[in-house]
Order: sequence, then C-alpha cells, then structure tokens
Amino acid sequence: MSYDVAIIGAGPAGMSAAVRLRALGAAVIVIDEQPAPGGQIFRGIERNAASPVFPALGEDYAKGCALVAAFRASGAEYLPSTQVWQIEDGWNLFLTTERKARHITARAVLLANGAQERPVPFPGWTLPNVMTVGAAQILLKSGGMLPEGRIWIAGAGPLPLLYATQLLNLGGRIAGYLDTATTPKLSALARLPGAWREFGNLAKGLRWLRDVRRSGMMIKGFSDLRAEGEERLEHLTWEAAGKRHRVEADVLLVHEGVVPRIHETLALRCEHIWNEEQGYLAPKLDRWGQTSRKDLFVAGDAGGIGGWMAATVSGEIAALGIAGQLGIAANPDDLRQAAHLDQRRARALALRPFLDALYPPPRTRLADDVIACRCEEVTAGAIRSAARNSPADPSAVKAATRCGMGPCQGRQCGYTVQALLAEVHGLPIGDVSFFHIRPPLKPITLGEIASLEHAEGAA
Amino acid sequence: MSTDVLIIGGGLHGLSAALQAARRGVSVQLVERHFVGRHASGATAAGVRTLGRNVAELPLSLEAAESWHHMKALVDDDCGFVACGQLQLAEDGEALAKIAKRIARLEAMGLHHERLVDADDVQSVLPGVSPHCVGGAFVSGDGSADPHRAIRAFRDAAKKAGVTIVEECLVTSLTRSAGHWRAETIRGIFEARLIVNAAGAWADHISVLAGDPLRHAIRTSMMVVTERVAPRIKPVVSSFGRRLSLKQTSQGTLLIGGGSQGKLAADRQSAAVDITALASSVQAAIRVFPELRGVRMVRTWAGMEAMTPDHIPVIGFSQKVEGLIHVFGFSGHGFQLVPSVGRVVADLICEGHTNHNLDAFRASRIAIERVAA
Ligand SMILES: Cc1cc2nc3c(=O)[nH]c(=O)nc-3n(C[C@H](O)[C@H](O)[C@H](O)COP(=O)(O)OP(=O)(O)OC[C@H]3O[C@@H](n4cnc5c(N)ncnc54)[C@H](O)[C@@H]3O)c2cc1C
Repeated sequence: MSYDVAIIGAGPAGMSAAVRLRALGAAVIVIDEQPAPGGQIFRGIERNAASPVFPALGEDYAKGCALVAAFRASGAEYLPSTQVWQIEDGWNLFLTTERKARHITARAVLLANGAQERPVPFPGWTLPNVMTVGAAQILLKSGGMLPEGRIWIAGAGPLPLLYATQLLNLGGRIAGYLDTATTPKLSALARLPGAWREFGNLAKGLRWLRDVRRSGMMIKGFSDLRAEGEERLEHLTWEAAGKRHRVEADVLLVHEGVVPRIHETLALRCEHIWNEEQGYLAPKLDRWGQTSRKDLFVAGDAGGIGGWMAATVSGEIAALGIAGQLGIAANPDDLRQAAHLDQRRARALALRPFLDALYPPPRTRLADDVIACRCEEVTAGAIRSAARNSPADPSAVKAATRCGMGPCQGRQCGYTVQALLAEVHGLPIGDVSFFHIRPPLKPITLGEIASLEHAEGAA
Repeated sequence: MSTDVLIIGGGLHGLSAALQAARRGVSVQLVERHFVGRHASGATAAGVRTLGRNVAELPLSLEAAESWHHMKALVDDDCGFVACGQLQLAEDGEALAKIAKRIARLEAMGLHHERLVDADDVQSVLPGVSPHCVGGAFVSGDGSADPHRAIRAFRDAAKKAGVTIVEECLVTSLTRSAGHWRAETIRGIFEARLIVNAAGAWADHISVLAGDPLRHAIRTSMMVVTERVAPRIKPVVSSFGRRLSLKQTSQGTLLIGGGSQGKLAADRQSAAVDITALASSVQAAIRVFPELRGVRMVRTWAGMEAMTPDHIPVIGFSQKVEGLIHVFGFSGHGFQLVPSVGRVVADLICEGHTNHNLDAFRASRIAIERVAA
C-alpha cells in the first residue's frame, strides 16, 4: 500500500498532524503500538472517559478527548497495535500487526513517536519492584492498576508529582518521596518571568507538591540512594546529614525526566544535536520539523522535549511543511500564520526554560559496581575498563563488553556509555557519538519477518 | 616513526600478520581507521570451516584448522573456539548428489576431513531439523569462535609482542622513495620499509594510493542475532546451494546469515540492512528448523568485505610495486584463515617467501590495467 504520508505515533503531535493533513486532502496512515489513540499522555482516554479513574487523572487528561475525536473523524487510515520495526529509504516501512509483517510505502514520513523516560542507573535499579514512574502510570491508565504495599517515589520533575497526585486522588498512599531535584539555581529563577505567563501550570505543580508533603515523608538533600533486597526490593538506604538512613519498601518508582526517542532518526542517520542542559540528543530540525533528510519530519517530544501542548502545535506545523513539500498545499506559510502556530507554540513552551533549568539530569559519578546495561548485565566498571582500551567510540565498547547488544539496543544504556567514555577520555559528552542503531527498531519474531510477502522472490 | 613494516588495517588479518611478524623480531606498526575489528572481523559469523572450501584455499584452511585447536598457544586465549562441527544440509536429492561428488573428489586427492552423512545422521547431530533434509556433509573438527574475543586476544597478543597499534588513524597517501615508504595519515607521518595492505573492503583504495591499482567488489553480507534461547543447535548449520548459515552462540543467541546482501552506500563507505533480502535467509532457517518461528530477533547488521571475481583472496607481494604485500579479498570466508594467512604474511615480511604456493592468490588477476587491456 502507498500513502502520501506515514505518521508514526498517535499522540498529540501525530493526531494533530493527521487532522491537518487530511483536511488538506493528503492520503495519510497513522501507525501506533497502542491499541487506541492518545499517546503517552492521553493513553486509554476513550475507554477511561467512562471510568472512575477519569477525574483522578486531572484536567489536562480530559482535554485530550476533543483531539482524539477529531482524529477519529479525520479519515486518516489508522493502524493500532502495530509496530514499525524498520524504515528504509524511499520510504519503505515494515510493520507488524498481530504477528503478521507487511510493507507499505509513503512519500513522506512523520515521526511523532514521543519521548522515553531517561534511564537512571543506581545501585539496585534492576531489582524487581523497582520501576519507573512512567511504567506505573501506564498501568494506571491502561487498567486502573495501583501499586501495592509501601510505595516510595524517587525522582524529580513534573511527572512524579503528577503521578503521586493521581495516586492520592484514587485513595492510594505513598510512604515517602525522595526528591532528587537540586535546589533551584539562580539560572532557573532568572527564567521565571517567562514562566509566570503560564502561571496556571506552575500553580498546579505547587499544589501537587503540597499534596505529597501531606501524604507522607518528603526527603530532600540526600545522596547515594540504594535499592536493596534478595529476590526483590526489600528496603531503601540513603545518606543524609552524615548518616545512613534505611526504610522498608515494597515498591520504588523512579523518574528523572524524559528524553526524545531517537532510535528511528539515528537508524536513518539524521544529524543530531546535543542538548547540554538536558543531557540528550535530538534530531536537527528546520522550521517545519524536517530532519537533515528530505521528506523525513519529526514532531512533538521526539524532536525535543516540549510537553503535549507544544507537541500538538508542532504536529500541525510539520503537517503544513509536508503538505508544502509534497505539493499538496501551495501556501504553507500563509496557513501557518493564519493559525497563529508560532505564537501558540511560544506560549506552550513558555514554562520550558524554567523547567529545564529546575530539573537538570543527574550528574553523579556512577560507582564501578552499578549495572549500566540491564539486558547484558554490564557494569559501569566493565565499561570504563573497555573504554580505557579503545578510542572514544561506543561501538568499540559494545563489541568489547556486549553492552547495548540486547533487545533494547542501548535505549537503557546509550547515554551512560556516552558519559563514561567522555569521563575516561576527558571529552565533553556531546563530542562522543551514540551507538549505531541497527534494525529492527522493535524486537520481532523470525516468523514475522519470514511472513513478509515478496521475500521469497529475493532469494 | 620508522619501522620495518607498516600494516594498514586493524582487522584480524592485519592483527595476525602483525603479531606473527613481531614475534620474529621485526618492528611493526599497525594503523586502523576506526578501532580494531570495526569491520568484517567484528561483523563476522566467525564460522571456523574447512567444509566446502575452494580447493585453492584448502592447504591454508587445513593449516588454520590445526591452529584453531591450539589457539591458546598463539594468542594465549582460545578465542571462544568450540569444535562443535559444521553440518552442510542437503535439502533434496540433487544437493546430496552434488555433495557426494565433492567429497569423492576430495577423497581422491587424499583429503578426508569431510564426511557424507545420511538423513538419520542428520537427525542425530541436529535433533529437531525438518525431516525433508535428506543428508549432507559433516566436519566434526570444524566449529565456530567468538569474534570479539578473538579480536581482543589478537590485539593484546600483538601489543605484547611489541606491535604499535594506532586507532582512529586513516591512511590518506602513500609514497615510496629510496626503498622507503612514507604514509600520511590523519595522525601524522609513518615510515616503513614494507607495507601490508590489509584494508578489507577498502583494499582497492590502498592499492591505488600505493601505485598498484586493483579492482574488487564489496560484499555486504547480513546477519541476524536473536534473543537467548535454550541450547538446541550444536553444530554450525548451512544448506547446500541456499543462502543459509545458522548457529547458536555460547551466549545462547542464534546467529543467522548465509550471504544475503545488504545495500552498499553509493560512496562505498557503509552498508545498510535490506530487510526483504534478509527475510529470505530467515525463511531458509525456518524451513530447516520450523520451531524457530517464535524466536525474537534482536539485531541485524551488514558487514563489509572485499570480494574478488573468483571468491578467493589476494595474498602476496605486489607484482607491480616493490615493498608492498596484499592480504584481502576473503570474499566472506576469511575468518577461519586468520592464523595461517598471518603466518604466511609474516614469512613474506621476514623471509621474502613462504612454503605455500600463492599463485592462485596473486594480485595481478584483479589489476585494473589487465582488466582494461
Ligand atoms: C557478515 C559476515 C559473515 C562472515 N562469516 C564468516 C564465517 O562464518 N567464517 C569465515 O571464515 N569468515 C566469515 N566472514 C569473513 C571474515 O569475517 C573476513 O574474511 C575477515 O574478518 C576479514 O578480515 P580482514 O582483516 O581482512 O578485514 P577487516 O576486518 O574488514 O579489516 C580491514 C580494516 O582495514 C581498515 N582500513 C581500511 N582502509 C583504511 C585506511 N585507509 N587506513 C587505515 N585503516 C583502513 C578498516 O577500517 C578495517 O578495520 C564473514 C564476513 C562477514 C561480513
């Protein structure tokens, strides 16, 4: 099958792009792993609208209903529960739905596949019952599931606070909150004027904090957090005020912000830019969201973390850029102005510089015995010693240690390896490259790839 | 710095020659454009196979087979070599007849390493194999190794023997005067009496720089590695006339290849996976082993290596330029040959000649002038 545009991701960016492109008359297909539209933020929104969970999820979540309804009505072809596992020039996309692989082509591709949580290795992070806040939120949104027992949260940024609020709204309890945020620096305060314009959002954040303080223990200014236990998490220990503290815990939820999903753009060899403040790579984009490769666009958090409102606007902008380039719209610039997209985006991003400065990524030195690559169980120490024996190239470390060879292909350890190489070779992190990403983008079975039509003819 | 030899290319062939020459007392520098083992030697399936070798390669291959069984003596590590056997399946009677003919020819030459096996033998060596396989060839002393471990072992042994290895060091020009080579690289000037062209897929480029222009194609064979599964496949499995090779590594992962070709970039500097072509190797694997259908694949890649028209390597002195030794063009099956070819190249470096007849491997057969004439 052949389309004008293939959009990967049915979150705010992908949905708004699809709606725009359909309105301009493009043939659009939208592909998403989830069984229903909404992306991370509006996950399960259609089903949850009628459930008791809905009010607990907050005002922003409710706003997604209109966008999802517009997407459903847009006439875009929509493939839920489908994984895109390979993109080849042309553009050729290889997909799997219900164990069956197939191949489609598109004149342009829009990657609107969002963010992933920043992996934060620390002692004990691979123990069962230590999971990310994001994973816990997925359980909440997809089945109304709450963790049980003594629940601890460790992290920084808006998401843990939001999740904690959602949990409390549903009658859950939090045993304690370990706030890893460093005290706001002057640089963060300097950005407040912009932030105040979005006072509504800021006030909400403060309300979350107050709720959490009321619910249990709030711990700040600590170091060396360790999750410990035999078979699974049993207790947490940390260092504060010159003393080691220890609490019993059944579940630990961690979160240190989100970073763009870059495996697709890396695999397609797009140029990337290192964001020093937030410690992540993002594809280099032009003002329409086009990458360094023609007809390959990125919108939403996949192009740099901006939140769902900015994602919605950037989806529309990319839609216009694609339409202009494919000759579907003659005057994309006029359309862009008429819809005030630049002003809307500026407003949506107003709080971002403040948040970015408030929540820098953790930069503590990893101890040698901490596991960096969970797939292959490679420690930071093993990576350091391989790094000392090779050039500052992650591929060399991968070959020497198997780090990054597992099913996640470096989604968990990529930034850690980069940082350790920079440390060993005395380089700025941004000067060290990321792993080469090899197909498939998602693990698929041998049976699925063998089921590809036309493959026999290629023998 | 000036040494006796400058080896260009830090793949296993460059490392093996460097190690074995340095052990005999010559001074050796090795320059590698990326990091050692970045290309074919790291991308390889690492099959250690005498089975089905071109007869021209057999003397070198049989010598190498012997070395693999005593690898620790050469590099102080077994390189993960396991003599698990290599089994070439015949999926129909015609394939079996061709295999039988090959083995008969080898026997007539006094070579007895390959053994003809029937359907029952195949079932006992490879439980779970599809019953349509009617027999095949088996070499019990063949097997496979761990390529990254081999690279580390050869690198460390070479360093210990006194080889200077410089990585991220691209050679950009070569000039020769008064019996001496001068190599310009992105990390400065290197001088040597002899140069070894072990530049793999870029050997043609080095040959041009050195004034002995040669032409070769580039093979871009693809591999698939799967998640770990319970051990079930002992030997390395291939299928006569099909693009299939299949083995289970010591990690428990399955490695599937067999020569399906990826896409070479126009500038010949990289290769990308071609999923449709790869699917045919995967189909071949499932046809032979239906129970693999549900196993998840984790990663695929395409390696790059020089390929000659007759699929055998170039090994030996340049016939055109003095002080230049070529060793490349292994056309997808040079891993097994690493210990013996390194020994032969060390002979050429140290003595100027070797005991093996290298006529079949001469560079002039792919010289650009000759092709044009
Ligand atoms: C997918 C695949 C599967 C294989 N399976 C098997 C198998 O099962 N059994 C088997 O026996 N063989 C196999 N082979 C073949 C085997 O791996 C190769 O024959 C062998 O590794 C070649 O080693 P090499 O040192 O010649 O080349 P390489 O390892 O490619 O080394 C050449 C080096 O030269 C460097 N270089 C190039 N130009 C320059 C320059 N200008 N300056 C500095 N450095 C330069 C390159 O960066 C490279 O590292 C396979 C190969 C591939 C790709």
